[in-house]
Amino acid sequence: MTTTASRAPLAKPARRRRPFNPRRAGAWALLILAIAVSVLPFLWVLRTALSTNSALASASASLLPADFTFGAFLRVFGLQTPAEAVAEGGSGAAIDFWLYLRNSLIFSSITTAGAVFFSAMAAYAFARLRWKGRNAVFSLFLGTMLVPPIFTALPNFLLIKNLDLLNTMLGMVLPYVFMTPFAIFFLRQFFLNMSREVEEAAMLDGAKHLRIFFQIVLPNAAAPIATLALLTFIGQWNEYFWPLLVGSQDDVRVLQVGLGVFKSQSPQGAPDWSGLMAATLISALPVLILFAAFGKKIVNSIGFSGIK
Amino acid sequence: MTTLTRNPGSREHGLTRTLRRRTGHSDVKIALFFIAPALIGFVFFYLVPTIRGIYLSFTEYNILGDPEWIGMENYQAIAKDPLFWNSLAVTGQYVLLNIALQTALALGLALLMHNVAKSTLIRGALLLPYLMSNVIAALLWFWMLDYQIGVVNQFIEWTGMSRIAFFGSEEWAIPTQALINTWRHMGYTALLIFAGLQAIPGHVYEVAKLDGASAWQTFRKITIPLLRPVLVLVLVVTVIGSFQVFDTVAVTTQGGPVNATRVIQYYIYQRAFTESDFGYGSAIAVILFLILALVAFIQMKFLKGNESDLD
Repeated sequence: MTTTASRAPLAKPARRRRPFNPRRAGAWALLILAIAVSVLPFLWVLRTALSTNSALASASASLLPADFTFGAFLRVFGLQTPAEAVAEGGSGAAIDFWLYLRNSLIFSSITTAGAVFFSAMAAYAFARLRWKGRNAVFSLFLGTMLVPPIFTALPNFLLIKNLDLLNTMLGMVLPYVFMTPFAIFFLRQFFLNMSREVEEAAMLDGAKHLRIFFQIVLPNAAAPIATLALLTFIGQWNEYFWPLLVGSQDDVRVLQVGLGVFKSQSPQGAPDWSGLMAATLISALPVLILFAAFGKKIVNSIGFSGIK
Repeated sequence: MTTLTRNPGSREHGLTRTLRRRTGHSDVKIALFFIAPALIGFVFFYLVPTIRGIYLSFTEYNILGDPEWIGMENYQAIAKDPLFWNSLAVTGQYVLLNIALQTALALGLALLMHNVAKSTLIRGALLLPYLMSNVIAALLWFWMLDYQIGVVNQFIEWTGMSRIAFFGSEEWAIPTQALINTWRHMGYTALLIFAGLQAIPGHVYEVAKLDGASAWQTFRKITIPLLRPVLVLVLVVTVIGSFQVFDTVAVTTQGGPVNATRVIQYYIYQRAFTESDFGYGSAIAVILFLILALVAFIQMKFLKGNESDLD
């Protein structure tokens, strides 16, 4: 951080108060503009979610919630009677985001736990064990990163259908739960760079690979595994296409799919904007919480993805 | 990318080898144990589906009954299908807009961050949209860009221009989708480029400064060439990702107005799942797969993505 100041063409030596530099000020202005474009829409969503639909139409440019109410949140959680919902501009159709929230949590947690753990096992075999064909198998695994998801989604849908698992949580998690190519690639990098000494000492003591894996390799890689779990969870939380194909029924529908359904339920032409934005916010909330808690970890992981 | 080529075999420590020779046991069985779950996932949900997808593309299959082998008929039909060519054109337009907008904005942002502010907080704020799902990004902008009461159109009207039907007009529909995608990816791409900028050694810049190079010369003659591997990676990721646009279209315009946003993946989805024509859908998916492979190959080959100019 500190060493880089000298190489930056625009930056003057730090610490002392700088004289006003128009180029620097311009750069800051652009940066602030970019931050505003990235962040302000979320505040607008919040403001809309706390407004009533009728007030939104008349006061569409006021910065504060128009006719403040928590009605939209009550509505998407199914806590309003149909009559109340219709009065506030909702469709009156039964919508239960608690259920979708629960489904999303189950779907994302199971797939993340499974994919990270099984990928860690595989990564251990690829990084720390010696066996014939290892590099060939690894290349094959990596090759799957190049296959576009839509391409495998069609046959995978048929497989899940033939197994009679459509609209079940099992059918939804199966393609993700065993591994993701990225997770294997990511963890293998870390396992390769781990020191062998502890591992070998344990081996001389007669420790088996299973013990080495659980007691030495996993604890030592706790940080990258946590980062990977975080990224995988967010990715799974945001997954739309596969859950749309396989989990279209209410009892397994995840938030992202529920949002789409909610959007298409607009009554008498006028969409339930405040309800939709309340639902959007609820769908974003878990990721926002994770980001507030582990933002630094997430930010610092960008740039890893393959670049030396 | 470059890290892939490192040969892991060479890292094997001598002691392990001695150990193994002494105990005379090989790792094959234990390796199989460790790799078994991932292997199941790989075989059943990646390898077999890939082969099955190619097979299905040569069949007629409407889910009921068995796939019926029809050779190249799907591909012949696709060649004469105006909707397919339209989807290709529409997707191509979307990809080009994304490359132009996203790469240019991200490069600019990365340079700004590199020069004036490297704080994690700023990077975090810029990354926020990327962590949101496509569905959320789409709905958020669907609301903000609404023709009647969306805040953007309010602003446009306030400046004295006339309102824009961002999702409702054929000429705006694809640029709007590209804008949503750019909004979501701009910060992420900027962070990737920023990481690349950080990796350029400072002494290169100092030498340029001593030689009296201007900021623009430094940028063109030093920054861009040294950044090339990162830029190629960013380009590959952007192009391959944009070709597979689906979520934002499915949530907002559903292919319309008319055919303006019927992108390739949405067309595949419609053929396979709404019209139950899995053979035809698979054939288009094969074509998409080939296009992506070709794009990645060209970009890596001709832009020499995995070599740095630094050496």
